[in-house]
Amino acid sequence: MNIYTEIILDHYQNPRNFGEIKNPTSVSEASNSVCGDKLKIFILVENKKVKDIKFSGVGCAISIASASLITDYLKGKSISQLKKINKDFIIKMLGINLGVNRIKCAVLVGEAISKLKV
Amino acid sequence: MIDFLKIKSDFPIFKKNPNLIYLDSTATSLKPQSVIDKLIEYYSSYNANIFRGVYKISEKATEEYEKTREIIADFINAKKQEVIFTRNTTESINLIAYSLGRKIIEKNDEIIVSIMEHHANFVPWQVLSSEIGAVLKIIDIDEEGYLRIKDKKSRKINLYEIITKKTKILALTYISNVLGTINQIKKIIKSARKINPKIIIIIDSAQAVPHIKVDVKDLDADFIVFSSHKMMGPTGVGILWGKEELLTEMFPFLYGGEMIEEVTIEKTTFKRTPYKFEAGTPSIAEVIGLSEAVKYLEKIGLENIKNHEKNLTQKTIKRLLEEFSGKIKIFGPKNIEDRGGIISFTFDNFHSHDIASILDNENIAVRAGHHCAMPLHQRLGILSTVRASFYVYNNEEDIEKLIIGLKKVYQILKK
Ligand SMILES: Cc1ncc(COP(=O)(O)O)c(C=O)c1O
Repeated sequence: MNIYTEIILDHYQNPRNFGEIKNPTSVSEASNSVCGDKLKIFILVENKKVKDIKFSGVGCAISIASASLITDYLKGKSISQLKKINKDFIIKMLGINLGVNRIKCAVLVGEAISKLKV
Repeated sequence: MIDFLKIKSDFPIFKKNPNLIYLDSTATSLKPQSVIDKLIEYYSSYNANIFRGVYKISEKATEEYEKTREIIADFINAKKQEVIFTRNTTESINLIAYSLGRKIIEKNDEIIVSIMEHHANFVPWQVLSSEIGAVLKIIDIDEEGYLRIKDKKSRKINLYEIITKKTKILALTYISNVLGTINQIKKIIKSARKINPKIIIIIDSAQAVPHIKVDVKDLDADFIVFSSHKMMGPTGVGILWGKEELLTEMFPFLYGGEMIEEVTIEKTTFKRTPYKFEAGTPSIAEVIGLSEAVKYLEKIGLENIKNHEKNLTQKTIKRLLEEFSGKIKIFGPKNIEDRGGIISFTFDNFHSHDIASILDNENIAVRAGHHCAMPLHQRLGILSTVRASFYVYNNEEDIEKLIIGLKKVYQILKK
């Protein structure tokens, strides 16, 4: 099955929210021991809402697209919605069928988000 | 002349997966029918534990198991009692680090490895050094992926800046599983012994024994280690060859059944090598199966295998550079005589996992990542590479399939 769908490639080639936030409420990091990829997440919370969220780092198309899609989704959402991000949610959002070895790439962003102090 | 196109039909995996382009023999090789048949023969004809039985099928199993030890000994020009069966190369190296390393290494002694080692020949020495307070020295590489051991002027091997009288162990790979570099092991050993006659030399031959002739007497190392599964034999079997005098002095690694001479309530005495190091029931079927792998290797001939791989490697490098010049970076020596059938590369700024996933869609199996050589990738300043590697069942068609696959990768991932 082709995992490089149009949506994935679009978000990989033009990642949304790529960069850093100057005065973040919290920053976290996650890495994939298989390939050494690292993602950093910056979040700015106001009134229990995600005012801004950005990510930086290096990764494969799947991990970059996943971070782009998830951060895009989270902008303006409440903290309780942010806490609901998990593996199943991410995979559904990506809409692709990943084998055991590539799932880690997709959920890297989720791991970083779960480490945010919000 | 060996017909390498015909060889493919000896490997039943291609009957079940007719479109498979297998380019990952460095990780593990495919198995010919004769090896698979041998496993079935043991399980269906003389399935019994070895040594302990006094009945016929146990005697037959013991005989086959010991025959394999002889076959391996002949294959690498060793004495039978110097061949020990472990689980894999990793276990063989850990055994040496535990049973000999702990005994001889003292504070401030030196252990030498190289930056191109597989983690299996890096981590055990790093841990041992840090536990004892010994010094781990790491031989660097040059831009082309050769060990930096040559005198700048004479271009001859010069180890005087690396090996000293304090060096107790030199643990080095024969062929790099990433760069493909074939190290000049015989010359290195000779030169090391000149500086320090007491040095213990361990050669990780996991990528050598399956592809080139390894003669332990000729090389004059103290230990040679390799894995059955990379030489078309079954998984679950590693080989540890060591000089008998050293093996005799070493501690056992695991204690238990089969390795003892006598156990009383007060104390235990151990068997001699190799049995001292083979505690518990071994991988009986797999060891017996390995004998067929050696026969298969000898039938084709290691010289033929080496030439076949050299030919494929040379053509692949040429085609990759023709098709993707400026976008592809291939690591390892430029001189084809100095490398095995291993090609690691980076492609544009694409991630190795994306490349491997797209190639997988085309039924091409390559490896992506750090290939258990993180220190080397750190040294090269990259996170990961894609690796294509060759063996007897590969042919020129595979090269063109790889090129087509990489064109697809470019189409999909280019920005
Ligand atoms: C050079 C080298 N050393 C050691 C190993 C470890 O072999 P095994 O996994 O069979 O223990 C490998 C296998 O990848 C290797 O390529």
